[in-house]
Amino acid sequence: MGQTIIEKILSAHSGQEAYANEIVVAHVDFVMGQDGTSPLAIRAFESMEGKEVFDTEKVAFVIDHSSPSPLEGVSALHKLMREFSGSKGFRLYDIGEGVCHQLIPESGKVGPGSLVIGADSHTCTYGALNAFSTGVGSTDLAGGLISGKMWFKVPETIKFVCNGVLPRGVYAKDLILHLIGDVTADGATYMSAEYVGDAVSALSMEGRFTMANMAIEMGAKAGMMEADDKTMAWLARYTDEKFIPVMADSDAIYAAVKEYDVSSLEPQVAKPHRVDNVCPVGEVAGTPVQQAFIGTCTNGRLEDLQNAAAIMKGRKIAPDVRFIVAPASKRIYLEAMRDGTLETLVEAGAAVVTPGCGPCVGTHNGVPSDGENVISTANRNFKGRMGNGNAFIYLASPATVAASALTGKITDPREFIK
Amino acid sequence: MLFQGKTHKFGSDVNTDYIISGKYKFKTLDMKELAKHVMEDLDPDFYNKVTPGDFIVAGTNFGCGSSREQAPLAIKYANISAVLAKSFARIFYRNAINTGLPVVECDTDMIEPGDDIEVDLAAGVIRNKTKGVEIPVKPLPSVMIKILNDGGLAAHFKQYGGFNFD
Repeated sequence: MGQTIIEKILSAHSGQEAYANEIVVAHVDFVMGQDGTSPLAIRAFESMEGKEVFDTEKVAFVIDHSSPSPLEGVSALHKLMREFSGSKGFRLYDIGEGVCHQLIPESGKVGPGSLVIGADSHTCTYGALNAFSTGVGSTDLAGGLISGKMWFKVPETIKFVCNGVLPRGVYAKDLILHLIGDVTADGATYMSAEYVGDAVSALSMEGRFTMANMAIEMGAKAGMMEADDKTMAWLARYTDEKFIPVMADSDAIYAAVKEYDVSSLEPQVAKPHRVDNVCPVGEVAGTPVQQAFIGTCTNGRLEDLQNAAAIMKGRKIAPDVRFIVAPASKRIYLEAMRDGTLETLVEAGAAVVTPGCGPCVGTHNGVPSDGENVISTANRNFKGRMGNGNAFIYLASPATVAASALTGKITDPREFIK
Repeated sequence: MLFQGKTHKFGSDVNTDYIISGKYKFKTLDMKELAKHVMEDLDPDFYNKVTPGDFIVAGTNFGCGSSREQAPLAIKYANISAVLAKSFARIFYRNAINTGLPVVECDTDMIEPGDDIEVDLAAGVIRNKTKGVEIPVKPLPSVMIKILNDGGLAAHFKQYGGFNFD
């Protein structure tokens, strides 16, 4: 019987032919925790009477959610993480290194066929590398740290076939927002989303990470892609390891197949307070914004910053807008510095904050005030997400956020793209 | 396991930020403190309305959003005995079982706010005493029953030194 990508990866890691809805215990290739989840995992590790982590080379902690620490309570939790990783002898990415979901791919330890768990819901991001990676909580993380294993219900797969050519001013972010709006916030719950088609193949790796990252926003356990030359070339920048791509069988069984023609897609916006509350930008154009944010594990990569800079070159943000930029990693920060992208953004009015999650999770770096509107490249616009339940968050592509920062109101980026 | 209490009802897609906001959860591991802010963005006075043993009842996709285990823990420390919903987001579901918070998939249309109900997990049924109806419960996967019976995943690991589902 044919298998999907995820069924193959779970088979290879569990030593049994795995099909949808079966329960397997599988080996994991990498285990990651961040500063919102690791402290509780350390407590769980202790109550499990764990001694050492299963493999110090296959484990990492990342301090990215409240980084650098804005409060003494947070500092205490960061210290706990540093002491734990230090005593166990595994890597901790400290403040300024970047967002976990950029750093783990950059580490070169994850590629086609890998199985990864991370105590962060957006761990599904590495599906762009043809890996099965998924989010877990702190106690599961502790179990993974100790045993190097995890139990999984093998997910069914919903296949998204996206064909056609994305029009000018329309990006991977617009496509994934459109898909989420179509299937809704629980349209793929417990399932794996597999993205295929010409439009997906044509995306850069940055764009693919964006799409895989937001699979969780439709409830999915993973956002899988096939590996192609672009995938292998991207990996070759970070590792010498030779990964073998995992392809779905032609007779694999899918829970559903959904087809999209992206050729007439417009820039999309997710309106407050739901990620699936999606509309074309024209429907909300003109809505005033007080804060604009480019960054996060969804859209803080070099291409995202470059797309924003192309729109902002030689222009200034509107006087009543605050514009915050958080590069997804130190590497990206340096690249954007060297090629002039950051100079363009800062001259336009950007406040650049430490590589990390930035204001996305409401802990620091730009909490909006009551009644304010924020346009952001993040992946969630839940009420209170950015730290204030009385603010309104709109999600869009870096180009739409850049255009909106310039005008002070939600703006179709195509007005600025020749 | 048999639980009895009154219900607090919410809609669909109650996300983990609503259960416990990021602005609190990064600060402390004191779950009693976090529990005071549970569901705050949906009902600022929720914590004070709970009588120990009460239930949270919701529509579909309860617990969607982040992987924060503080979400089920904050609910548990707010003295909620179980969460009943039409469906759950998967990470929340795992976290709840791992931390010993019973989560029950069932048709919640026949439950209204303030109803007196009895949740009988052994019999796989919810008895709505106010309405005089019985609601069947969707059974948990056997792996999860094992973890729940062992007292959560930490206790399971402590007992077996790893995963043991044989």
